[in-house]
Amino acid sequence: MGIAIETSGLGKRYGRTWALRDCSLAIPAGHVVGLVGPNGAGKTTLLSLAVGLATPTAGEVRVLGGLPAGSPAALDGVAFMAQDAALYRNLSVADMLRVGRNLNRRWDTARAQGRLAELGIRLDKKVGALSGGQRSQVALTLALAKRPKLLILDEPLAALDPVARHDFMAALMAAVAEEDVSVVFSSHVVAELERVCDYLVVVQGGQVQVAGEVEDLTAGHHVLTGPAEQVDAIAQRFPVVRDRRASAQAHLLIRTGDLSAAPPGWQRHPVGLEELVLAYMREPSASMLPGPARARSEQVAC
Amino acid sequence: MDIDKDGSPSPIEFRLDPGSGVPTYLQLVQQVEQALRLGYLRQGDQLPRVKDIVAGLAINPNTVLKAYRELEHRGLVVGRRGVGTFVEGTLGKVGLREQAALQKSMLAWMRTASKAGLDEDGMAALFTAALHDLRQSRDVLVDEEDGGGRAGVVA
Repeated sequence: MGIAIETSGLGKRYGRTWALRDCSLAIPAGHVVGLVGPNGAGKTTLLSLAVGLATPTAGEVRVLGGLPAGSPAALDGVAFMAQDAALYRNLSVADMLRVGRNLNRRWDTARAQGRLAELGIRLDKKVGALSGGQRSQVALTLALAKRPKLLILDEPLAALDPVARHDFMAALMAAVAEEDVSVVFSSHVVAELERVCDYLVVVQGGQVQVAGEVEDLTAGHHVLTGPAEQVDAIAQRFPVVRDRRASAQAHLLIRTGDLSAAPPGWQRHPVGLEELVLAYMREPSASMLPGPARARSEQVAC
Repeated sequence: MDIDKDGSPSPIEFRLDPGSGVPTYLQLVQQVEQALRLGYLRQGDQLPRVKDIVAGLAINPNTVLKAYRELEHRGLVVGRRGVGTFVEGTLGKVGLREQAALQKSMLAWMRTASKAGLDEDGMAALFTAALHDLRQSRDVLVDEEDGGGRAGVVA
């Protein structure tokens, strides 16, 4: 299996603006990866480069254990669902399936039709006449019909109501349970990531700020609550991601896996993924990345 | 066994409480333990299939696998490759009727406590404290049991 997406020194410039800069990342295969960050952080750029829809200005990006992004071998193994489930609105669902079959070397028509029947989506309906939730399910069906090894989705939840969002994620997770596919998706819905993602990447200002397995990230961070006058002493002992203090009390989000880290008079609390992500997004200067050595060893181990 | 209306082979179904602060995999573990205690699950019963769970709750399949691994580690279930996960151990050998009687006497205690002015949090605190005392006085006993007897540690 190995690596799903690997970038080194990756950069993309539009005009005079770097949308993504000096991005080095190794995402192991077999995960459901959440890609988060503020608007304009470079999420869509990173995904487009991994799919091969854009070419890098600097550095390189490889997928599925070393295939150059956008190469024919990579295209066979990667499926992409663009923002707003970009489909031809004037085509019927059946015609959309036909388009998919003709544009891909590997295509499982029976599987696609079976999925749509299960969802109760009629083949003779025009794509434009479907609800937003149905449209996204058709797009997911098309993406899965090519039996990808890596499925990349750009903001799949953005346009969906809560029920459609839940149904979409349920369908996606069922696909992950049934076969051997790595999933990378960008999202603004931070609260819903915790149930779904087991790997997290935070990008900010065109750079990767946090990357790692969710379990490691939550086990490796804690909130300490205690007297404000001792904050500076604590900050010398542990890396502080976020520092919130009032006149008497302070809450510090610190990075350490050490469970005995709480000094006398301080309380230690576990931290959830949402709190962690928001803290990093609010503090652009903090970062948490596996070193290059670790990324390498993971490559060997998988 | 396949008479369940959504085709699930299992007598139980999971639900998640996102506000509980309890990690998702642990919620699944606790619900299986609870179902064992209350008699919803018995020896030989199948746990819900991974695919059915993730398609219902929209959670990562690895979370379910982690929960099932933990249950296996606790000696409560056993996974059969390609078939499913089945109940193997038991939690508490107390029958349903006995449980109902115990619940009744507990309810009587709670009414007394309530009359004495204790609120729900106060009762829970007392219960936890008493449980703690019981555990300390019984620590030696746990080692006596063997095989499936490990379940006593879980509670």
